[in-house]
Amino acid sequence: PPAPQRVLFPPTFSVSEIKNKQRRHFMFLRWKQQQRKEKLAAKKKRRKEREALGDKAPPKAIPKTIENQRVYDETTVNPNDEEVAFDEATDEFAPYFNRQTVPKILITTSDRPRGRTVRFCEQLATVIPNSHVYYRRGLALKRIIPQCIARDFTDLIVINEDRKIPNGLVLSHLPDGPTAHFRMSSVRLRKEIKRKGKEPTEHVPEVILNNFTTRLGHSVGRMFASLFPHDPQFIGRQVATFHNQRDYIFFRFHRYIFKSEKKVGIQELGPRFTLKLRSLQKGTFDSKFGEYEWIHKRREMDTSRRKFHL
Amino acid sequence: SPQVVWSMLGNRQFCSYKMTTKTQNFCRNEYNLTGLCNRSSCPLANSQYATVREEKGRCYLYMKTIERAAFPRRLWERVLLNKNYEKALEQIDENLIYWPRFIRHKCKQRFTKITQYLIRIRKLTLKRQRKLVPLRRKIERRERRREEKALVAAQLDNAIEKELLERLKQDTYGDIYNFPIHAFDKALQQQGAESESESDAEREEEDDEDVDKREFVEAEDSDLSDFEDMDKLDTSSEEEQEEEEEVEKEVSHSKSKGKTPLKGPARRKRPYIEIEYEEETEPTTKTKAA
Repeated sequence: PPAPQRVLFPPTFSVSEIKNKQRRHFMFLRWKQQQRKEKLAAKKKRRKEREALGDKAPPKAIPKTIENQRVYDETTVNPNDEEVAFDEATDEFAPYFNRQTVPKILITTSDRPRGRTVRFCEQLATVIPNSHVYYRRGLALKRIIPQCIARDFTDLIVINEDRKIPNGLVLSHLPDGPTAHFRMSSVRLRKEIKRKGKEPTEHVPEVILNNFTTRLGHSVGRMFASLFPHDPQFIGRQVATFHNQRDYIFFRFHRYIFKSEKKVGIQELGPRFTLKLRSLQKGTFDSKFGEYEWIHKRREMDTSRRKFHL
Repeated sequence: SPQVVWSMLGNRQFCSYKMTTKTQNFCRNEYNLTGLCNRSSCPLANSQYATVREEKGRCYLYMKTIERAAFPRRLWERVLLNKNYEKALEQIDENLIYWPRFIRHKCKQRFTKITQYLIRIRKLTLKRQRKLVPLRRKIERRERRREEKALVAAQLDNAIEKELLERLKQDTYGDIYNFPIHAFDKALQQQGAESESESDAEREEEDDEDVDKREFVEAEDSDLSDFEDMDKLDTSSEEEQEEEEEVEKEVSHSKSKGKTPLKGPARRKRPYIEIEYEEETEPTTKTKAA
């Protein structure tokens, strides 16, 4: 039955009091329509007023987003900060950024990896150039590390697995560099990605690091950058992206093509996963005696919804 | 007497330590020597009994004799066994001298098994232990939800495209891509009218270069007329097309932004269209039999 224009109700009536479900549903829809109409009318009126005022109209209100409302972090890096620049020139990644070392990565897992983890490791090895996958076979990390250093590896990635899915990542820069421990979630292998392209080729990809603003974020970003060789091969048209949003780092691997100078198309190939930083340790992997630069403490750091650390 | 006890507990009545399974009966009594429910292994139905048990890594020999049957508190006598395996076996022997063979033998067997698993425990604790960290459900749910929302807020595709275009503008790619038209416009505005003619000349040169290089040119939406030529003249029709494009300087996009899959390198040919041929077969005429 079509909605009548004027509806008379007793003043203390509310839609939720009708017992009959069908009728209640119908009345609710009608109420919703009415609300929508009123809202539209209000919007139109406001727009007219704004146009009428012309230049004198008050500026448009910016909607509040979490990124807008983010609590200001005092460790945010100013791009022109000299102290930060000096620090970065002398920290553990300086040899990489001065192009003295070529990254060589060792990827391994925890004990007894299941199929999914193994396949993920292989795909990760195709994404990161100059990387090798080795099985763990029950070796202690503390004993692997000196061997790796002896064989000139610059980085070590350990993918931790739980119940047949990878759920943690330990990234350690080898000649006693910082160790970052991440929680890994929503891992998608290549075959699970829709509309993907062919396999990643052997070209060195470009690296995009987005939104790493604070000091901590900066150091983590440099860690990621040091995984890839410094000179990307633009012929390959591949790009690896680490995008930080609200403390979640999203990793994607795309192939791009420029259709014109204002339009680019990207096609996803390669695995994707998200990381959340759990702890950053100064030396190489040592859970007991290491010196932690940053640990995620849930009780203290998760209190505010607008505060992010990376 | 033990026979009476056994006839009650073992067969007929209820024994709370007894556990029955399909094939066997087990005895859950902590002083039981073998773990099975038998006439000879029931600690309740034997007045003279001995076991070996371990506590905190040390093995003890427990003995029960008839003399102490009236004193439950003092029933089980405990002897600490030596840490040395052979010496402990001798200790068992000397304590259980004149005891039935069965009990002596089983005691030694049990002691052997216990020492073996203690050795294993010590070895395993030296190796890396897997630390199980309990997940907190509420926190897991919260994190997952936040991750989804962050993903939506991130708008990854847009961000990546913007970044790539930025890099193109800032000339990080150098000479690989041939559309610096944007830079040209800027140069035009900066330099003014005088150099316009120069830039025009450059632009014409650019056109010639483009004709030769033929890289990354858009594929126009093909008309039927082109199709008729396509099969006969492949490369020449492409040339014609490209020259047309350059003269018009129109760029038509046949694909939307990144939604349809690109197949590897730039598709310079026209989009692939299947041509279906329908053939009508006339129904066979029926002839009436005369």
